Amino acid sequence: MGRPALPEFELSGREQGEAAARLPRTWQRFHPLSPVVRMGPSLSGLVLVLAAAAALPGQTGISTSDLVVLGVIALTGVVSWAVTRWRVDGDTLRVESGLIRRQSLQVPLSRAQAVDLVEPLLARVLGLAEVRVRTGGASRGDARLCYLRRSDAVQVRAALLAVAHGLHEAVPAPPEERLVVVPNRRLIAAGCLTGVIPVSLGALVALGVLGWTEPAVLVAGGSGMFVTFVTMSLAAWRRISMEWSFTVAEAPDGLRIRSGLLGRAAETVPRGRIQAVRMVEPLWFRPLGWCRLELHLAGGVKGGNRHQSGSLRRALLPVGSLTDAELLLGRVLPDRRAELTRPPRRAMLRAPLSYHFLRAGVGDYCAVAVSGRIRRETVWVPLAKAQSLRAAQGPIQRSLGLASVHLDAAGQRTRATFLDRAAPEAVQLLDRLPGRCAAARNSAKRPVPTTGTTAGNVKSTTAGKAQEDLLAAGDQPPPGA
Amino acid sequence: MRRAEVGLAALGLGVLGAVVSEIEVGLGVAAAVVGGVLVVAMLAEGFVSRRYRSWGYLERDDDLLIRRGVLIKRLSVVPYGRMQFVDVTAGLVERLFGIATVRLHTAAAATDARLPGLAVLEAARLREQLTSLGEARAAGI
Repeated sequence: MGRPALPEFELSGREQGEAAARLPRTWQRFHPLSPVVRMGPSLSGLVLVLAAAAALPGQTGISTSDLVVLGVIALTGVVSWAVTRWRVDGDTLRVESGLIRRQSLQVPLSRAQAVDLVEPLLARVLGLAEVRVRTGGASRGDARLCYLRRSDAVQVRAALLAVAHGLHEAVPAPPEERLVVVPNRRLIAAGCLTGVIPVSLGALVALGVLGWTEPAVLVAGGSGMFVTFVTMSLAAWRRISMEWSFTVAEAPDGLRIRSGLLGRAAETVPRGRIQAVRMVEPLWFRPLGWCRLELHLAGGVKGGNRHQSGSLRRALLPVGSLTDAELLLGRVLPDRRAELTRPPRRAMLRAPLSYHFLRAGVGDYCAVAVSGRIRRETVWVPLAKAQSLRAAQGPIQRSLGLASVHLDAAGQRTRATFLDRAAPEAVQLLDRLPGRCAAARNSAKRPVPTTGTTAGNVKSTTAGKAQEDLLAAGDQPPPGA
Repeated sequence: MRRAEVGLAALGLGVLGAVVSEIEVGLGVAAAVVGGVLVVAMLAEGFVSRRYRSWGYLERDDDLLIRRGVLIKRLSVVPYGRMQFVDVTAGLVERLFGIATVRLHTAAAATDARLPGLAVLEAARLREQLTSLGEARAAGI
């Protein structure tokens, strides 16, 4: 399909076929170079700062106290590596760390939601990789094996996966089917389209108009524009480097998303964690037939209310054609049929701009809502994931006989909104949706065999439950499939 | 009726203002101040009581319905199985009047299920009820 040949990385199932992985039954240390990867970036940053300070006029050079600080930091790294060890005990992964404050993390592998491979830049240079066992819940519960030799890491990952699914550890990881590869050229084009170019063009035009009347503006505006341009380019660069060689594959335990230019990560998204799917089509994507897909996943929210499990957004397709999107959507939401209807014409008075795309509907499996004028957004919320249902009617809506209904899923702003529906229809939705959501929940509890699933629908609970025991009862129910 | 506390507070403030202005200016002005405050308080009382009456909740078999709002009418439906935890809070003023606020939390941040101004006993009963129902029907995320 004219896709450029991409460097393969971590194609499990083929790469580690020959040697059966052995999980350590006795305590093991990580790779001796681990402290270098862990402390390397911060240490080199510190060295740079100190060197810069020493190079300043009036300084005599690097003082001994600086060297002591550096030495202590390096030593901490080495010590923390030396006291960290791991082993597998039955189906439990144990990681012990800490010299003074000894920490012991135990992850029952049957509860692992995903086993991912993460390779930061420095680790890649040294041929190392991290195996991260995700347990759902907060990221504190994740067991991180950092770092192992890359080839070992691939084998350990496969073995952990096998154990997690109750198989013998020598069983190779299930093969995965590659679904979509995002061409890097398109990624760059999209990165430029979304960020830098429209803004800088707009700024240029504004500057030209202003500069015509007031030449003094040119200098101030020019420098301001330069700063904006640099920051926006940096943001675009970060995004592109993060989403470089974006590959989505399907494995029995979920979707595997790989990406990264410098540091790389292979992440597995279990299907049960998907709370909602969003398709965004900005104005300048639409003529090209491009779109962006995002997943809202259940998981801990950094910072936010610790009591609440929320969701995080993860790109499923940074930029892709509608056929790619269609393919992925089909895998994520097997049944997303819904009869989309427009709100009544009088809603145009309430939402003159966005009425153009405004549509919503409910199917057997999920609710769909389309909104936005410049950025068209389509949201699918599986009925089984609905957390609550809300209706609101403001004064304008009341005089027009309209009302909005929101179907909330877990997370900050994860919802499908039936904006400006006719009041009787809203009442009907409020009447019927709770029952349909409950029915969807009940049928989702039964494991549904999906294509190619051997040990699919990995049920799991928070492994770090002991840590969360302070929370109220029923606070962290097991995330069902 | 619990919400009428706002009106009462306004009245108390008015009396205070009147006393102060009587000492400072004179009887006539004080009477005007009292009258003005009375009118405002009555209007406020009207608004407050309408707002109070708009609040309502209904415990159904599988979910809790919460209705509120005068200008913007809102209705929330929260299935018991989706509740993560239930909060009961009582501030200083609330404690003075023996009332409490019950708040339901689901994994969705947008879920806005708040029940202010419940009698303390009713709040406790509701909390127990919701917690037990939530446990019985826990549906995960």
